[in-house]
This record gives sequence, structure tokens and C-alpha cells, in this order.
Amino acid sequence: MKIAVIDYGMGNLRSVSKAIEHVAPQARVLVTADPAAVAAADRVVFPGQGAMPDCMREMDARGLQPAVRKAAASVPFLGICIGLQMLFESSEEGETPGLGILRGRVKRFRRDAMRDAQGARLKVPHMGWNQVHQASSHPMWSGIEDGSRFYFVHSYYADAAPGLASACCDYGARFTCAVARDNIFAVQFHPEKSQVAGLRLLANFLAWKP
Amino acid sequence: MLAKRVIPCLDVDAGRVVKGVKFVELRDAGDPVEIARRYDEQGADEIAFLDITASSQGRDLIVQVVESVAAQVFIPLTVGGGVRRVQDVRRLLNAGADKVSINTAAVQNPALVEEAAGRYGAQCIVVAIDAKRTADPARAGDPRWEVFTHGGRRPSGLDAVEWARKMQASGAGEILLTSMDRDGTRSGFDIELTRHVCDAVDIPVIASGGVGSLAHLADGVLRGGADAVLAASIFHFGEFTVLEAKRYMACMGIEVRL
Repeated sequence: MKIAVIDYGMGNLRSVSKAIEHVAPQARVLVTADPAAVAAADRVVFPGQGAMPDCMREMDARGLQPAVRKAAASVPFLGICIGLQMLFESSEEGETPGLGILRGRVKRFRRDAMRDAQGARLKVPHMGWNQVHQASSHPMWSGIEDGSRFYFVHSYYADAAPGLASACCDYGARFTCAVARDNIFAVQFHPEKSQVAGLRLLANFLAWKP
Repeated sequence: MLAKRVIPCLDVDAGRVVKGVKFVELRDAGDPVEIARRYDEQGADEIAFLDITASSQGRDLIVQVVESVAAQVFIPLTVGGGVRRVQDVRRLLNAGADKVSINTAAVQNPALVEEAAGRYGAQCIVVAIDAKRTADPARAGDPRWEVFTHGGRRPSGLDAVEWARKMQASGAGEILLTSMDRDGTRSGFDIELTRHVCDAVDIPVIASGGVGSLAHLADGVLRGGADAVLAASIFHFGEFTVLEAKRYMACMGIEVRL
């Protein structure tokens, strides 16, 4: 099985590829900026970190957008962090248009709303291990207990159109932290940094037959 | 609810863990990969590496350490020590670090933090602050802490609370706050310092320096207001496991990942 991890020069993809190799030693994991290699892959991982405007720009600078769109329309496709955010129509971060593959807009955590149930102040970025509440049963959640903690680090989240949410998380307010549609699954948290639960999610991705 | 984090810290000198780690069953007490795996199994939420290599020849070894650990341990890794230039940040991130901490170089060249955060995102830039309580006769009763650099050897003249605010504005995603007065004393965090810095910034703060008991860890969160607590010796010497620390904190009503 050939798995392409799309590399558009934004940060560390080594952890993603190593985590996939860890759960599937027989898989061929290719970290690549080559549109042809993305097109030839059986499964595609679309990661991203940093700022979404930079991510969009760097992706386009490498001519990757057509290959990303094609993969998102055809093969099992996993978006991670900014890779989730870029699938949406637009982001408040630099008022950037996204790929528009999924309906919804990426918003920043509102500073004035950042209080927990006890009234304590919540920090932004949302950094650390938070509980992921599964909204729907999905093969990607197989063997992962509802409410398991995953590692998050982000200041923006997707306000997804109804019907897309596969999991949500509470931070100040409840936000969508995983979305699913057809062959697309995308998560705001980092499965490659989420220990046992994260590795299970990646293993589920490799076994997933949408 | 977001969990408070427990972060064991490893000092690395020329690619080897120093400060005697005394776990039972370890084949090699100096091997960063084996120790990191042990902490991962115990439920560490993150692992911090502090490169204390003095010689320039040994510098590249930390990159290899990060590479090997990141290939086997799937939790966030923070790496600091000797980070001077944006290229240093990039090398560590490419090796598999999730966050890079900048200390002395942030004071010498504050633009570095801005540039690194601008390029790689605030989420991966940690500013480490070594703070020491100072007596200020002009402000009697009003506590003040000064930032020290070069491993705590050089006073900078900067006020630690102000500096934390400034680093947040420059794009730091997190503050790693060490009390030099408490470091190595096992008498607990400087709670007042922790509280002052936590109240001054909107970004997460890791409390460090002085942990000698599990109660100290809980205090850092409950009284200091820290988002994460870092400790070295109580874990290294096998007095407590990370799991024991988290269970204790949970009993004290702190949200942790168990």
C-alpha cells in the first residue's frame, strides 16, 4: 500500500510518517511534494501546521492543489490540523480562502468567551490533551473509547456545516474537532502525537474502506 | 476538559542523558530513547529535552537524539538548549521536535522569537525564562523577579513578568518558567512567581524548578495557576512514576489524562 504524506514545506512531517510506519511496517510511506506521487498513492494524508495563509500559499507554490482536490475526491483522505482547516471555504486567519471542499468557515477562539465551567480563564492556543466526544460511529473510531484524550495545539477551529461533525471537543465552547464525508476524514488534533489512541486512529485509517 | 500536563525533563549532554536516571530494569540509564519510552509508558503528556552540551562538536548529537526518540515515542517533544538561530529551530523541528524552547537567544535577539514564530507558527515556539527573585527597595513588599541567561549565570536586567508579556506579543506559544531560587532545592515551585506570570499572559505556562514531592506538582496548578508542570529529579530517581504523579493530582481535583 502506498501512502502519500503531502509535504508543502510547512513543518515537521517526520512524526506523521513515523507514526504511520509504526502502525503499518509493511506500508510504503512517502513524504512528497510531487503531484504525480500524490496522484499515484492509495491513501493520502494532508497535514499542516503554522498559519493557514502560509499553508495555502506554499501548497499553491508547489502546484499541489489539483492533486489534493483529486485525492480528496477519490482515495481515503486524512486531514490533520491545518490540513482539516484548509478543506473548508475560508478562514478568519488572514481572511484566507480555503479549498472549499467542505462547507464551513474556520474561526478563531473568541478571547472573551474563553472561560471554563468554573469561570477560570482558558488559554489560547488550546494546547494539550482534551477529550474527543464521538458524534457518530465511524470506522475511524473503531477500538477508540468515546471521550478518549487526543493532543491538540491550535488557535482556530472549523465551524463546520451541519452533518459533517464526527466528533466534538469542549474548550470555552463546544467545537467540531473531527469531520467526515465520503472518503474524507479530518481531525483538528494530532493523532501522530496522541499516543495509543492516536496510533489506533492511524491504524484505522489504513484499514478504512470508504 | 483540557487536562493539565505533566512533563518529565531530561538533561542531555553530547547525546546522553545525564543526572543519573535510576529506573529499575533499564538496560542503559543514559539512553535518551529508552528513558523517553519509559516516561511515555508511564503516561507522560510530553517530554522535554534540555541540551546542556557545552562543546560545539557535540551539538549535532541532540538532533540525532530527537530523531530516534520521535521515531518511537508518539507524544509531543519539546527541545531546548543552545537554540540561537532560526536554522536551529528548523533543524530541531525537522528532526521531530514539536516545540523548540528559546532562552538566552530570545534576550540577546528578541527578533528571533518573532521570526521563528512567523515562519513555523506560535504553537512550536516556547520561550524559556529563568527567573530569580530580586530585592527592590523602591518597591517594598512588591515581589519582583529578574530574567537570567546563559544557564542562569548572567543577569539581564529584565523583569520576568514584563518579559513574559513581551514574548507573548512577539509570538511565543508557551512560556517555560523556571525559578532559579527553587531549582534543585526540592522545596516546591515559586508559587508567587508562577501566579504572577500566569496572570500576565494568555498563553500556556509550564511551571518548573523545585519539585520535591507530588504535592508540589499539584500546588503548581492549584495555587500557581500553571497549565503544565515540569520536573526532573523526582521522576529520574524513581521516587515516583509519572502515573503516580497524575493519580495524585487527580485526587486533588485536577483534570489529568489517565
